Amino acid sequence: MSAKTLYDKLWESHLVRSEADGTALIYIDRHLVHEVTSPQAFEGLRLAGRKPWRVDANLATPDHNVPTTPREGGVEAIRDPISRTQVETLDANCRDFGITEFQMLDPRQGIVHVIGPEQGATLPGMTVVCGDSHTSTHGAMGALAFGIGTSEVEHVLATQCLIQKKSKAMQIRVEGELGRGVTAKDVVLAIIGEIGTAGGTGYAIEFAGSAIEALSIEGRLTLCNMAIEAGARAGFVAVDDKTIDYVKGRPYAPEGELWEQAVASWRTLHSDRGAQFDRVVTLDATAIRPQVTWGTSPEMVVAVDQRVPDPGEESDGVKAEGMQRALDYMGLQAGTPITEIPLDRVFIGSCTNSRIEDLRAAADVARGRRVAGNVKQALVVPGSGLVKAEAEAEGLDKVFIDAGFEWREPGCSMCLAMNADRLESGERCASTSNRNFEGRQGQGGRTHLVSPAMAAAAAVAGRFVDLADLDKG
Amino acid sequence: MDKFNTFTGIVCPLDRSNVDTDAIIPKQFLKSIKRSGFGPNLFDEWRYLDHGEPGMDNSKRAVNPDFVLNDPRYQGAQILLARENFGCGSSREHAPWALEDYGFKVILAPSFADIFFNNCFKNGLLPIVLKEEIIDSLFKMAMGGQPLEMTVDLQDQRLKLPSGEGIDFEVDPFRKDCLLNGLDDIGLTLQHVEAIRAYEERRRREAPWLFGS
Repeated sequence: MSAKTLYDKLWESHLVRSEADGTALIYIDRHLVHEVTSPQAFEGLRLAGRKPWRVDANLATPDHNVPTTPREGGVEAIRDPISRTQVETLDANCRDFGITEFQMLDPRQGIVHVIGPEQGATLPGMTVVCGDSHTSTHGAMGALAFGIGTSEVEHVLATQCLIQKKSKAMQIRVEGELGRGVTAKDVVLAIIGEIGTAGGTGYAIEFAGSAIEALSIEGRLTLCNMAIEAGARAGFVAVDDKTIDYVKGRPYAPEGELWEQAVASWRTLHSDRGAQFDRVVTLDATAIRPQVTWGTSPEMVVAVDQRVPDPGEESDGVKAEGMQRALDYMGLQAGTPITEIPLDRVFIGSCTNSRIEDLRAAADVARGRRVAGNVKQALVVPGSGLVKAEAEAEGLDKVFIDAGFEWREPGCSMCLAMNADRLESGERCASTSNRNFEGRQGQGGRTHLVSPAMAAAAAVAGRFVDLADLDKG
Repeated sequence: MDKFNTFTGIVCPLDRSNVDTDAIIPKQFLKSIKRSGFGPNLFDEWRYLDHGEPGMDNSKRAVNPDFVLNDPRYQGAQILLARENFGCGSSREHAPWALEDYGFKVILAPSFADIFFNNCFKNGLLPIVLKEEIIDSLFKMAMGGQPLEMTVDLQDQRLKLPSGEGIDFEVDPFRKDCLLNGLDDIGLTLQHVEAIRAYEERRRREAPWLFGS
């Protein structure tokens, strides 16, 4: 038998049938549902008189639209009537079709990509889909996970399958030890800086190498979350002891004899020695510095000790024009040191960086310090109700509040500004989210993507700062 | 889905790379629970001078005269000419819905983001990948004084220019068949109910932990 990649194994174990031209029907083990991309899919099911194929494969929660301010008033108190309708529509659809939903007031509610792994609803070896591009996150568990559109949401509901073609396989190896203060977020931003936002288009990416093995599961979730920002629908990491330890005891994880059987199967979820990839990219972990994006695409990224690049030095005309447009939008001058960029707001949260380790890293920086006077708002939005409770049990909420941060209820929040949390035009934000597109955090808003520790440091310094220099003034 | 027939239409050149789905349809319009009506808000932040919100009367808003969609030459365009990595970002199908609702049937670009590319076919939109140099020459033609019109023939996989020149393109045979015949994916998959059931039965034996609740 020839050596297989992890992707081959995940793909082949879910193949229902395939055509001669490679068009395949693959089986979906877990379907996660949220309020924005599902209403039209449920409507489609109703119109066709169809029922969900396997109700127990679905798990739903509202996340994009929910307010992060206190929620005593429940769904009825969501001020924006259109947001409220979407959350109510999700509740009604889940009730009508019998789908398990963690509603807004459920303590388990949260960002769909945080709660999947947290609940053990995402397991190694699964296929996981959701009407959201950041579904790649779940690949950190050794799963094949990718985002789909609403037509496919309806397709999965109706058939438990998707029509797909196999992608090409890429392996990105990050070898060596990461420096102090360099996180999974910096690694993935450095990868995107290296291969570009379209570098992974058409590929499924396996992240490997000693630096990836050394990451915690939460770090790997951050890494795989942004595979889509490199153009790849799916990114994943092989199963190891950390994966298995992480899953054990979670509410949806198997128990007893089934657990033993599952673990034996999960142990095979790695690329075989000698497996062939269509492309291999290798990065030196020791060379990665804390990253800050300067433009309107995640590939527009430099290290914190560098300067805003000059379009005049770019030989590709279309690219230079794009850089200039980004600088104009961002209100930046070429050559400005990154550490001289002042901030108006700070956002710590999103499916990329809102888990307990992220909050701990940010709190470590915030502890005993104060948010700078020029920063109007520094938001901390936990990824789920359970993350929030855990953080509060550790006293992290107090650390943030004492430092002048706002401590909020869980949701997507200012990552995409579909709720009330957003930037005003021209405001500049250090954000732990995943996209710095024009208008992403509010029309005219300017986003710089960073790690949680960097965001907290930027909040207290009022500008970007190398963590090592934080107390030097 | 309507069948995709051969047509002749105006080409609208959108000369930017990495156009993302947030730009195609800003998120405030994603709160709709419907599939239609997104066309007037296609490229909203570039197209209008004010900030758009759902429920506004778009006919009364100030348009940005410098944005290509507002150029009188390209009114009624059905073919969008774009640059690399078009449709990157979110998986929101609202992006192809907005393009389709506006009246576009075809998008030409040197490359597309995967999820967007896939979503197009499910909504009767044909995304066509062409070589960078062909895209460059089309931009030159489309941005000249006269708007460029071309015929799109999916059956023959060919674009026909007014000069008589033809440009051949590739398309996945399965997707082509679905577009030409207006076939719906769910109906096609449900022809394989037996195969899905057989898979589930086997899988339930091999990996029973996947079939809990």
